[in-house]
Amino acid sequence: MSCKNVIVEEKFSELEHFIDELPDKQGDLIAVLHKAQEIFGYLPEEVQLRIADKLDVPSAKVSGVVSFYSFFTMKPRGKHVVNVCTGTACYVRGAEKLLNELNKHFAIKPGETTKDGEFTLDALRCVGACGLAPVMIVDGKVYGRLKPEQVKGILANYR
Amino acid sequence: MSKIASLNELSKLKNKFGPLIQIRQENEKTIITNTDVIDNSFKIHVLACGGTGCQSSESELIVRVFQRELEKRGLANQVKVITTGCFGFCEQGPILKIHPDNVFYIQVSSKDVEEIIDEHLIKGQVVERLLYVEPIHQEKLKTDLPFYNRQLRIALRNCGLIAPEDIREYIALDGYQALGQVLTEHKPEDIIDTIKKSGLRGRGGGGFPTGVKWELTRKSAADQKFIVCNADEGDPGAFMDRSILEGDPHSVLEAMAIAGYVIGASKGYVYIRAEYPLAIKRLQIAIKEAREYGLLGGSILGSEFSFDVELKYGAGAFVCGEETALIHSIEGKRGEPTVKPPFPAENGLWGKPTSVNNVETFANIPPIILKGADWFANIGTEKSKGTKVFALAGKVNNVGLVEVPMGTTLREIIFDIGGGTKENKRFKSAQTGGPSGGCIPAHYLDIPIDYESLASIGSMMGSGGLIVMDEDDCMVNVAKFFLEFTVDESCGRCTACRVGTKRLHEILTKITEGKGTLEDLDKLERLALIIKDTSLCGLGQSAPNPILSTLEYFRDEYLAHILDKKCSAKVCSNLVEYDITDLCCGCTLCARNCPQNCISGSPRNKHVIDNNRCIKCGVCLDNCRFDAVIRK
Ligand SMILES: Cc1cc2nc3c(=O)[nH]c(=O)nc-3n(C[C@H](O)[C@H](O)[C@H](O)COP(=O)(O)O)c2cc1C
Ligand code: SF4
Ligand code: SF4
Repeated sequence: MSCKNVIVEEKFSELEHFIDELPDKQGDLIAVLHKAQEIFGYLPEEVQLRIADKLDVPSAKVSGVVSFYSFFTMKPRGKHVVNVCTGTACYVRGAEKLLNELNKHFAIKPGETTKDGEFTLDALRCVGACGLAPVMIVDGKVYGRLKPEQVKGILANYR
Repeated sequence: MSKIASLNELSKLKNKFGPLIQIRQENEKTIITNTDVIDNSFKIHVLACGGTGCQSSESELIVRVFQRELEKRGLANQVKVITTGCFGFCEQGPILKIHPDNVFYIQVSSKDVEEIIDEHLIKGQVVERLLYVEPIHQEKLKTDLPFYNRQLRIALRNCGLIAPEDIREYIALDGYQALGQVLTEHKPEDIIDTIKKSGLRGRGGGGFPTGVKWELTRKSAADQKFIVCNADEGDPGAFMDRSILEGDPHSVLEAMAIAGYVIGASKGYVYIRAEYPLAIKRLQIAIKEAREYGLLGGSILGSEFSFDVELKYGAGAFVCGEETALIHSIEGKRGEPTVKPPFPAENGLWGKPTSVNNVETFANIPPIILKGADWFANIGTEKSKGTKVFALAGKVNNVGLVEVPMGTTLREIIFDIGGGTKENKRFKSAQTGGPSGGCIPAHYLDIPIDYESLASIGSMMGSGGLIVMDEDDCMVNVAKFFLEFTVDESCGRCTACRVGTKRLHEILTKITEGKGTLEDLDKLERLALIIKDTSLCGLGQSAPNPILSTLEYFRDEYLAHILDKKCSAKVCSNLVEYDITDLCCGCTLCARNCPQNCISGSPRNKHVIDNNRCIKCGVCLDNCRFDAVIRK
């Protein structure tokens, strides 16, 4: 077994251990998917199949659930995730301009990842920090009351 | 901690824990005299807002620095620093409050901590520069801020007052007393009566009477029933449910247990958005503590009633806030709504009778039981009782959480409490009800708001999001923004909703690009009504509201886009032009930065924009240091 496979197998056994501990396996599909995405970073087909197998549900059901919820992604994410809040409060305080600036900066659209795999850009619905609108969230850290010109400087810290 | 075995024991604990919060209570007349007291040694309490908003602006760091500096000065055993939930005054965060002086500091940074300790805590001198300045008289206020004076806090009663991660503080403030009384002294039917009489209606949007919902669920016969707390809070711009869970999680747990007793359920679920990590963490801690104290779990407070609560996480789908979709999501399925009836009260989670109630609805329950139905029914309007929490945001000075009696006017909320529009711009509209609601124009500012009045002017209460818009907001673009949201969030079951909202969005896009026709307005109206009539769930049924209300109140803006090809708010980029005025001194900055190279002019001479090639990116306007570039 190659080194990479060992790592992947370790991840799978972590996931399977999590599933074994669950009281009600089938009703907990969404919790399992949350866990799997936490472990693997995304939910490729291979992971979905293993989950279907382990929970004893049709794989079509698993992929149906994955595709329904926007939180789940089948594409690998970048090393850093840059989110722009597009809730109503941020929208009226200029979120669109932030997003445009980021589109330009990375040359990608929301939902995409830069070619070097460093950054994923995404739009989020209201993180509830409306007092700080408009906000950008990089790897969970919130930057508030942002002007488009500030974006470049902040992102430089993540290079 | 051994489990509390009776209401009597709970009351003893309340007295024991009283000193924990005593100096924070403003009108403290009843001094607790108890030999078994704890925590009496702290002379000063420093409350630091630990809501998501303030945490984003370093309130955690402030607390750490506070503790470090207190230790350095040997004061750690005299001053207690407490992380609370959201104070509600989010615009001015991070916020600190010092007790017993009752002094309120705003926009505090970790660099201010030493000064607060040395000047205020040691010398007793208030740090004036951190006080709130009342905008009209420019008066510095230590306490009694107008933002709070006009509020009546029932659901938010403990937010910003207690440490949400310490159950003892909740118990000290009558926490779990209502549950204790219910279990010891009341039959479920009595509680249904009380809640019905109080007039409490669901705060999740629909406004259905909570007592009636509980009664229906109680009457459905089944071997098992469930309580579900709806903490999905999908309205982008509403954050009251999150703040309640972050600031006072036990109030919701207590109410869920009461509801469980009333309908005959032993299990409850909180369905919460995965985007709310702090609320999730605080809930987890609260559930664990409540179990340890015997306030959740088997034979609660020594009674025969057992009740436990489990968390279930959402995964980013707005429609899952709808109760039937939510139930499917808890069951691990795609969150698609189903036709009602059957209502969850008959056929809910795993086919069992289920009462789905909103977070804020639950937070109102304990006070109603402790203070009585009449007390609650005396607040509010004829058909809408009690208070409502609004998440005030957008172009308003005091963004934050505001809890006011039903029947308060928009003007009071936006201008008296909210401090008016930012930069004194002209108020244009208040948007309530999120993507399902409408835009209310200025001439309705004085209407007392409740469920009925909002519906009568084409909007709705929704969950309580209240977004203020000013002259710089284009109402056609706002409608388009909300439609973009519903297009994204439609679950796709109903053709009218799935395809119809796309068509609406396309027409709006056309209008904002200056390509709309008068016929498009008719099409919008016709299609909107079809979608309203033929969609299965509330999402589709209310998706056209933002369009219908803006068409009614801001038709002139639609017409200007269509006939004059003008966007008066200068938002729609296709309809604006950039121009350079005589203020231009020829510094060449704009020309060097224009991505289209469409600005010409020689140094020290006025520059000119070639509007045929301009892509309206606005870079020239942002860059010009002489205000020479204008948008028209
Ligand atoms: C599309 C849609 C989204 C909804 N989102 C929420 C929500 O985020 N939170 C909520 O409490 N209720 C939401 N509701 C209302 C729920 O269906 C349900 O009426 C409510 O949770 C009942 O609780 P209440 O009676 O305490 O208000 C939504 C309804 C619809 C149609
Ligand atoms: S109205 Fe829209 S969101 Fe609701 S069930 Fe139909 S398609 Fe789904
Ligand atoms: S708006 Fe953009 S493209 Fe147009 S002139 Fe200014 S900088 Fe150039």
